[in-house]
Amino acid sequence: MIPVSYFLVLSILLFVMGTIAFLIKRDLITMFMAVEVMLNAANLAFIALAKSANSIDGQIIVFFIITVAAAEATVGLAIILLIFRQKKTIKSEDIKLMKG
Amino acid sequence: MTDIFWLIPFVPALSTLILAVFGRKLPKKYVSYQACLAVFISFAISVISLIGLLQTSQESYPLVKNLFSWINSGSFQVNLSLQLDPLSAIMALVVSGVGFIIHVYSVGYMADDEGYTRYFTYLNLFTFAMLILVMASNIVLMFVGWEGVGLCSYLLIGFWFEKHSAANAGKKAFIVNRVGDAAFLLGILFIFVHIGSGEFTAINSAVSGGAITQGLATLIAILLFVGATGKSAQIPLYVWLPDAMEGPTPVSALIHAATMVTAGVYMVSRMNLLYTFSGTAALIVAIVGAVTAIYAATMALTQNDIKRVLAYSTISQIGYMFIGCGVGAYAAGMFHLYTHAFFKSLLFLCAGSVMHALSGEADMKKMGGLRKYLPLTYPAFLIGAIAIAGIPFFSGFFSKDAILTQAFAQGQYFIWALGIMGAVLTAFYMFRLIFLIFHGEERIEPEAKKHIHESPRVMTIPLVILAFFSVVAGYIGLPVVFGKKLNWFRSFLEPVIKEGHEAHISLGTEWILILISVGVAFLGIIIAWVFYIKAPRIPQRLATRFPFIYKLLFNKYYVDEIYNAVFVNSTIKGSEIIYDKFDLKVIDGTVNGTASAAGFSGKILSYLHSGLIKDYALIFLLGLIIFLGYLLIF
Repeated sequence: MIPVSYFLVLSILLFVMGTIAFLIKRDLITMFMAVEVMLNAANLAFIALAKSANSIDGQIIVFFIITVAAAEATVGLAIILLIFRQKKTIKSEDIKLMKG
Repeated sequence: MTDIFWLIPFVPALSTLILAVFGRKLPKKYVSYQACLAVFISFAISVISLIGLLQTSQESYPLVKNLFSWINSGSFQVNLSLQLDPLSAIMALVVSGVGFIIHVYSVGYMADDEGYTRYFTYLNLFTFAMLILVMASNIVLMFVGWEGVGLCSYLLIGFWFEKHSAANAGKKAFIVNRVGDAAFLLGILFIFVHIGSGEFTAINSAVSGGAITQGLATLIAILLFVGATGKSAQIPLYVWLPDAMEGPTPVSALIHAATMVTAGVYMVSRMNLLYTFSGTAALIVAIVGAVTAIYAATMALTQNDIKRVLAYSTISQIGYMFIGCGVGAYAAGMFHLYTHAFFKSLLFLCAGSVMHALSGEADMKKMGGLRKYLPLTYPAFLIGAIAIAGIPFFSGFFSKDAILTQAFAQGQYFIWALGIMGAVLTAFYMFRLIFLIFHGEERIEPEAKKHIHESPRVMTIPLVILAFFSVVAGYIGLPVVFGKKLNWFRSFLEPVIKEGHEAHISLGTEWILILISVGVAFLGIIIAWVFYIKAPRIPQRLATRFPFIYKLLFNKYYVDEIYNAVFVNSTIKGSEIIYDKFDLKVIDGTVNGTASAAGFSGKILSYLHSGLIKDYALIFLLGLIIFLGYLLIF
């Protein structure tokens, strides 16, 4: 039996990696992937804690997260695709329409 | 039979609603029928209610119909309730009866007007407001009607609003009335503060029960009377009425002669206990009435616009009604109101008929000799003029005589003398009108002469009806010399207006007074005949001999100019200064300052927005770390 803390440490590592990748990468697609990694880090923590607490709730929430993540992925990719069509670039620093 | 009396005002209200909402889509013919029918139904209900009222015992007066509680705020209670008693029954009859005749006349007079439906919508609305005014059982609801008729008056004076002078006249009427209404409102507030209820029965019992002091009664009565001077065009707030003649002639007949302008007289009669209790206020009413009666009559002498002469005549006649109220002869004042409604609206409708015949010409210098072209209008006008001049056995004689006799009997000889002088002038200017319009040489413009014609039947039949009433209306209130019990009008009003206020004099004195007033009436007519038929050069010579007086009269004592200089211009000047110094600097400065402060801080804060998604993510992360750190530490 692997202790639950192992899973949590892995989850934290994945989350921190995702965050750092999001902050340092310039490519929107890569940043998007980083977000997915963070999301799945959270999923992992849910599953692990659900197993250790012998509760089904966490697993159900994970299913929901996966479903929503699928939808979110399509929307996010569509947005990136449209930005590319408009701007001919997906470099994040080139996209600053909201600059005050 | 009196159960349905509260429907009287609401039939025209329903008609107004239909005309206002669907009016554009309805055919003209339907509009005419509906508008006239609505007022006729009101009239019919008024007649039924009057009969019912006569069968009810006097102890149960007034009959009150409480529709619902309108304002219910602590001790401030106002009901939407209507009442029926002899006073409001007479007023409702006059308003709906004369109103109906004038509605019918309007069908002919306004036939070719573009705003036909709008006109009848306003006219129905006016009837509704006026009926609310006269049937309200408390002073607040009365004030609603009071303001409602003012609004309709404004709308109808400015009916041809594309004409600059008409729009201005409407505004003038509205603003001058505001001055009076402000005082009226103050009077209502005093009543609520000191009596605690606006119901007329409560006010009357407070006055007769000694719940208020005489000084307070005087204050309230004078404030209310200032409101009445505005609405009833008395000194000093009469200036709007002559200008109000810019409206269509039937409107002048209905609103500015027969009904609305007499609202002040009705109000004073309704509050008769208050005025009698105060004494001082009643004296002020009488003096203002007497001065106005003669003052307005002098202005009527030199005017050339047919409707303006009639307007000054109206002001003068309302002055007589106020003399009646002021000397305690409220029934006589109301009686003059009632007869005046017939003959003055007759005169206005005849004037409308003359103008209709001459393609809208109102200048008497361009008339003359119209007798043979207008075979029906001429006798009708003549009857109206005889009635107002006070020739015996016509209605105006009985009512004016009742007022002057009472003024004399109360010992107000000065007021009586003013009234007698006014009567000479009245007879003179009315017959000046007759001679200038219908007699003498023709001075008609050739263009107008081509189209000259007597009015259609829909206009002449109302003239005949009104002429009939101008003759017979007086016979319900015969003076005491013909018999003690013949003044049916007086005894009908007895429950509302106690006879105790009136003084009695011997029959011999009364006969002499009657002879004097008949004499002065004939004197006025003879002077007019000499001036305008026998020796038409006299007026001209008088004008050149006394240029100052003539100019003063012709320019209406320069009152408009004085009011303009003192009130209007100073207000405009003051407003300009305030606009310049306060509006532009302080108010606009505050508003613009707030806006630019918001803009400036927005500009500063907008530097935080780099537009780069990574910056946002970093700040997000920092915020998260701080939050988690806070949770860990505390």
